[in-house]
Amino acid sequence: MEIKKGIGVSPGVVICRAFVLDTEEFPIPERHVDAAAAKGELERLRQAVVDSKRDVVLLRDRMADQIGDETAAIFDFHLRMLDDKVMLRRVRDVVRDQGVTAEHAVATVFRDYAKEYLNMPQFWAERVKDVHDIQKRLLRNLIGQSRATLDHLDRDVALLAHDLTPSQTASLDRSHVLGLATDAGGRTSHTAIVAHALGIPAVVGLKDVTLSVQPGQTVIIDGNRGVVVIDPDEATIAEHRHYVRRLAEMERQLVALRDLPAVTRDGHEITLMGNIEFPQEAATVLEKGGAGIGLYRTEYLYLGSESEPTEQQHYDAYCQAIALAAGRPVVIRTLDLGADKYTQDRALVPERNPMLGLRSIRYCLRNIPLFKTQIRAVLRAALTGPVSLLFPLITNLMELRQAKMIVRDVIEDLEEEGVEFMADVPIGMMVEVPSAALMCDAFAREVDFFSIGTNDLVQYTLAVDRGNERVASLYTAAHPAVLRLIKDVVRAGQRHDVSVSLCGEIASDPEFTLLLLGLGLRVFSIAPPAIPEIKRIIRSVTLEQAMLIARKAMTFDSDKQVTSYLRDQTRRLVPDAF
Amino acid sequence: MSWDEFVTSVDEYQDEVAVVNKYGLHARPALQLVDTANRFDCNITVANGDTEMDAKSIMSVMQLAATRGTRLRLRARGPNAKEAVAALKDLINSGFGEE
Repeated sequence: MEIKKGIGVSPGVVICRAFVLDTEEFPIPERHVDAAAAKGELERLRQAVVDSKRDVVLLRDRMADQIGDETAAIFDFHLRMLDDKVMLRRVRDVVRDQGVTAEHAVATVFRDYAKEYLNMPQFWAERVKDVHDIQKRLLRNLIGQSRATLDHLDRDVALLAHDLTPSQTASLDRSHVLGLATDAGGRTSHTAIVAHALGIPAVVGLKDVTLSVQPGQTVIIDGNRGVVVIDPDEATIAEHRHYVRRLAEMERQLVALRDLPAVTRDGHEITLMGNIEFPQEAATVLEKGGAGIGLYRTEYLYLGSESEPTEQQHYDAYCQAIALAAGRPVVIRTLDLGADKYTQDRALVPERNPMLGLRSIRYCLRNIPLFKTQIRAVLRAALTGPVSLLFPLITNLMELRQAKMIVRDVIEDLEEEGVEFMADVPIGMMVEVPSAALMCDAFAREVDFFSIGTNDLVQYTLAVDRGNERVASLYTAAHPAVLRLIKDVVRAGQRHDVSVSLCGEIASDPEFTLLLLGLGLRVFSIAPPAIPEIKRIIRSVTLEQAMLIARKAMTFDSDKQVTSYLRDQTRRLVPDAF
Repeated sequence: MSWDEFVTSVDEYQDEVAVVNKYGLHARPALQLVDTANRFDCNITVANGDTEMDAKSIMSVMQLAATRGTRLRLRARGPNAKEAVAALKDLINSGFGEE
């Protein structure tokens, strides 16, 4: 048995057989053929090209039905590659001149192409993905592989891959794939999107899971906890079966909670909102009983397409989310990228320390046209429903003022152009670095609301990268230093009559609910599936109980004490909380 | 040499054109260029500086990595060489229907 930790990107738990998709190059033995056999090899190559083109046409038609012609256009590109006379001549020459098999020649020629493409500028170098895709397709047809394919699964599987490519996703047999797990990827990866669309659990960022698992082994994919268990023992399987049943049971009970208000036993109303990445998720938030969208992360708009999103693309996505939120508030956070592929690929020199580099609002303030495009779309979309604008990673007043000035510029531009928009959109900032938390009194005078982002706040306060497994155990929101910062921000909000929400992962963690309530937090923005659970805890306690617990929790010196105290108290007051 | 072969051998034409669309010859424009070139029977090349590529080969045209402003040299040899070059030039000048 082996347990791998990654990032859960789509909730749910599944136990089933592993289907491992190898992205390794096919093992190609170098085999020589004599001149007479070379002709036969060329005939095999010709047939493989015909078969590959047929595969691509089928894929394209299926994709066009599912996701529209626009995305399916990539397959036209693949078809032309398979027709490419220059490429075919190169393969033919290798077969003839070196006297090798067709598959060996394909592997040789495409390896050279891949190298040539990787040496080209960014835009073109990305096409190396297509070079690999075509190579694999040709080889698969040449080798006439007997292994099962993704579109013809004869039983339910959990799919494990290094990373899912669009071609692979397109050919997924949706009725038999029950879970996804990948080595690569983050919260906004292609896998995450697919898993959400299919409504199946997914864990990404597992680093080397495909090397650890054998095809056909039993695996558990736990999208709630971001864990994959390979070859679990009987006890673990039993435990997870139990967990799956309890989740289903809880789901049923929690549905009943959907229409009840999030109010404490002594009558204090709490606002529970949902965090989303894709506009469609706004519907899920409402289904789970959320009171609005407390955080719409817009990064996927940038990561999901090859070029910078247009104003219209922003606008359409926002309008969709606003419409699905049906009159409830939607907080749109501006681009919060950095330390990832998007900004690093566009940087002339990769940053040595990107987490402390040109990311998030800093990146936007250096790329004003990109920033303005997004703000224009937000202000225009605000005509269709209640929208607020949220700036991430503010560390000093100048940044906030600059960002607000750009909003005013955009307003002037829109007025001049005679474009319809909403001018008085509330403006808030994320409090997610210690400098902002410590200076929150000053900030409170210049914003309409605060949103505490505990994920980054913990990272920057404790100087821990939780993606680095050597120090990840030091990462905890229960550290007294973090709790004090949270408390200060909540208090500053109360003093200045600025609303404060909290949108980090601890808002979705039942262990922290009583503490946060007791510290004075009244707005939680959480992962949609966690809304009912948090609502149940809120409805089980009085504010007075929560305040006592918070007061006591703030007296501890270590995160271990805080955690165990909170766990005990939550169990005492809400016995079936976990 | 037959008359037809003679005509073919001398039917040669070349011209220059600059890439005007925003992102240059990326996948989609390259596809249009290759499709247009393939409508003609003549041999056509497109060159960016010293790199001369077969205009009918998508994998080769991509390797030009031609960005906006790049000057390309179009050269055709064979039947309808002049028309082929003109068609490609028009296409590139039109910005491939992009903004």
